[in-house]
Amino acid sequence: MKYTEGSEIQDTKAPSGPIEERWEKRKFSAKLVNPANKRKLNVIVVGTGLAGGSAAATLGELGYNVKSFCYQDTPRRAHSIAAQGGINAAKNYRGDGDSIYRLFYDTVKGGDFRSRESNVYRLAQVSVNIIDQAVAQGVPFAREYGGLLDTRSFGGAQVSRTFYARGQTGQQLLLGAYQALERQIAAGTVTMHTRHEMLDLIISDGRARGVIVRDMVTGEIERHIADAVVLATGGYGNVFFLSTNAKGCNTTAIWRAHERGAYFANPCYTQIHPTCIPVSGEYQSKLTLMSESLRNDGRVWVPLRKNDTRAPGDIPDEERDYYLERIYPAFGNLVPRDIASRAAKNVCDEGRGVGPGGLGVYLDFRDAINRLGRDAVEKKYGNLFEMYERITGENPYEVPMRIYPAVHYTMGGLWVDYDLQSTIPGLFVIGEANFSDHGANRLGASALMQGLADGYFVLPTTIGDYLAAGPFGDVDEEAVAEAEIKVRTKIDRLLSVNGHRTPDSFHRELGKLMWDYCGMERTEESLRKALERIPELREEFWRDVKVTGTAEELNQVLERAGRVADFFDLAELMCLDALIRTESCGGHFRAESQDADGEALRDDENFAHVSAWERGPDGPVLHKEPLEYEYVKMTQRSYK
Amino acid sequence: MVTYRVEDVSPDMSFLEMLDVLNERLILEGDDPIAFDHDCREGICGMCGMVINGVAHGEQRATTTCQLHMRHFEDGAEITIEPWRAAPFPVVKDLVVDRSAFDRIIQAGGFVSVPAGSAPDAHSIPVRKENADAAFDAATCIGCGACVAACPNGSASLFTAAKITHLSLLPQGQPERLTRAKAMVDQMDAEGFGGCTNTGECTAVCPKGIPLDAIAQMNSDYLKANAK
Repeated sequence: MKYTEGSEIQDTKAPSGPIEERWEKRKFSAKLVNPANKRKLNVIVVGTGLAGGSAAATLGELGYNVKSFCYQDTPRRAHSIAAQGGINAAKNYRGDGDSIYRLFYDTVKGGDFRSRESNVYRLAQVSVNIIDQAVAQGVPFAREYGGLLDTRSFGGAQVSRTFYARGQTGQQLLLGAYQALERQIAAGTVTMHTRHEMLDLIISDGRARGVIVRDMVTGEIERHIADAVVLATGGYGNVFFLSTNAKGCNTTAIWRAHERGAYFANPCYTQIHPTCIPVSGEYQSKLTLMSESLRNDGRVWVPLRKNDTRAPGDIPDEERDYYLERIYPAFGNLVPRDIASRAAKNVCDEGRGVGPGGLGVYLDFRDAINRLGRDAVEKKYGNLFEMYERITGENPYEVPMRIYPAVHYTMGGLWVDYDLQSTIPGLFVIGEANFSDHGANRLGASALMQGLADGYFVLPTTIGDYLAAGPFGDVDEEAVAEAEIKVRTKIDRLLSVNGHRTPDSFHRELGKLMWDYCGMERTEESLRKALERIPELREEFWRDVKVTGTAEELNQVLERAGRVADFFDLAELMCLDALIRTESCGGHFRAESQDADGEALRDDENFAHVSAWERGPDGPVLHKEPLEYEYVKMTQRSYK
Repeated sequence: MVTYRVEDVSPDMSFLEMLDVLNERLILEGDDPIAFDHDCREGICGMCGMVINGVAHGEQRATTTCQLHMRHFEDGAEITIEPWRAAPFPVVKDLVVDRSAFDRIIQAGGFVSVPAGSAPDAHSIPVRKENADAAFDAATCIGCGACVAACPNGSASLFTAAKITHLSLLPQGQPERLTRAKAMVDQMDAEGFGGCTNTGECTAVCPKGIPLDAIAQMNSDYLKANAK
């Protein structure tokens, strides 16, 4: 795949000066919109997860006229709901040495020095307000007997800064945002459009001015015009077919915005979560995550010998390899996700994996049960153990869990500046859909933090600055018509192929290819193979896909086919991005770039930049945004 | 009623994966696949739901349809699948129903009125652990609608009571407690859901095991609100 290199991105609009004052400075410099004018300004928010739900609610509270869209039957279903572990905040309620600076530091380091210092510092600052907001909404966080909030240490952090609501933190935070959103719907500031899928972005006079959506019940194609558009449509992990994402998660909204000119940043940065339930068969439709809080008490091991088929209980301690504790004595079972995942892959590649196909490692609670008692373990993890048993039919109190890494989160996404605005004026991107704050690896309990920071606190301020310059005049009717025709043409084309393969069968094949060639470990050879194979498969898709039914009805086959078509194009860009980034960093591991111990080796001289891709007429154009570290000294991460 | 034969069902398949296998075949045969709602497939989004052999979400307790696995059925079994049936949940297509009535019940008052940025420090109001835990238990409702589908009266009492109970148990929910209960119950009635006669079918099928005493809490708050 050919690409060209374009101009560098020099200005991300972050204020200068001491890092702790930048967000204050930006808030003060942001222009305000007169309250009387707010209700005349229309904002479209696509997606109702933590970022989109909180943004739509907050914009409604501020008095804007908001239209909110989601593909599910109600905004409460968005996949943020499935987040289990918790949400980080620099409250330092434990007095254990936490601070805004330390959360900032950990996040920059955890992101393997591929995120922006200014953004991450703001995230850490805002984190404390999120907890206040959620508690005031009635989010039932775990508490201690004294009535104060409980916290735990999570995902590689050495302080206890993670607030949680049993294993359902995402659910409780999302319901808080959802309830705030419903309150605004009742107040008339937000109009809700459920079962609607965004299929194109309307650009008029260089500004994002609306969306084309499909009513998924009637099939009607609708145009919605606004003064600004916010995309909060989540990540693209489902490009791998099997992932921990919900079945409906897709890249279509951000991809079609990319086709309209929004840069796509760091598409190759994907997070593989170490503790998921392994694949059990060909029919598998998704993978289920087991919260990594389990690693606080569970010990990860494989047999010392290859192809050891004994039951786990029959393998004595001296014939077990607790490999995380052995390789990383300082962090042990709590090493960050990218490290734990790769270590699991390595022991399985050595032939020491367990379970069907040898693609699994044990997560063992035997010692925790002996130490704390079964009751205590049940109190902490009961719901997770039940979930595991329901899926696998095995009882984790008696036999160790089997886990294996699975695609979980995508750090890449649409490029945004400090204001969360994309390269298209008036198009803002928040939550997992943007690339922002996690660099090359996201730390545990940081996704909820970022989604809510963007939606409750950052976007409502920065979008005001943009809207204050409005209104932006009438929308070019021709541009709207062109976008609508493009959408209709694509749908007609999908329906007219009438081939021999289902959209899912193509999706599965693409996903397998991405997992094998652009998954946990990438090589020049594997990526070149993928870049050769993807266009062939895409060509086959457009020649041989079979979509039943019509466009004018609820048609789930058509919905899937449209999403798979976009995944092909995204997959190609991911592989290209992974190919030219010849270093290893965070979730992106290039086998050619490792140290003597097999750890990821960054190449700061050549790759301390964000790769922002523009879709040019003759193929992708790469724009580099240099990353500078004034506060956190760039070091090779070590968890040993 | 249509009967389909599904081959190659593995015991480790989830119920929805079994339907996926059937749908893949139907598409290739040029038939319309069966439309059903689903999303997270890990038992938390609340989107899936069907009546399986006469029981909402099937016979395994405290389990959503997506978390039900085929190992709980005998080889060769004939399984009957129906959509949720309740007047306020009109069928959209096949097994897909419209549950937007639930959203309107929440709109009536299922929230604490606290605009973003206005909150005091999270530790300014301690909450007794027992209350926080009980509030959490009520708040785990996933809004799937199984309670309505199972109720002989088509009542949404368990759903509505779960939210009222969650917020009633917390200090943050007190200022709007009685107006909330009244508004939500009135909206539930306006949507055409039936009344509660304590049959307990709702809690028996609830994937999150929301207890029946939530409804007592709701009724108590509702009475107090009306006595004012």
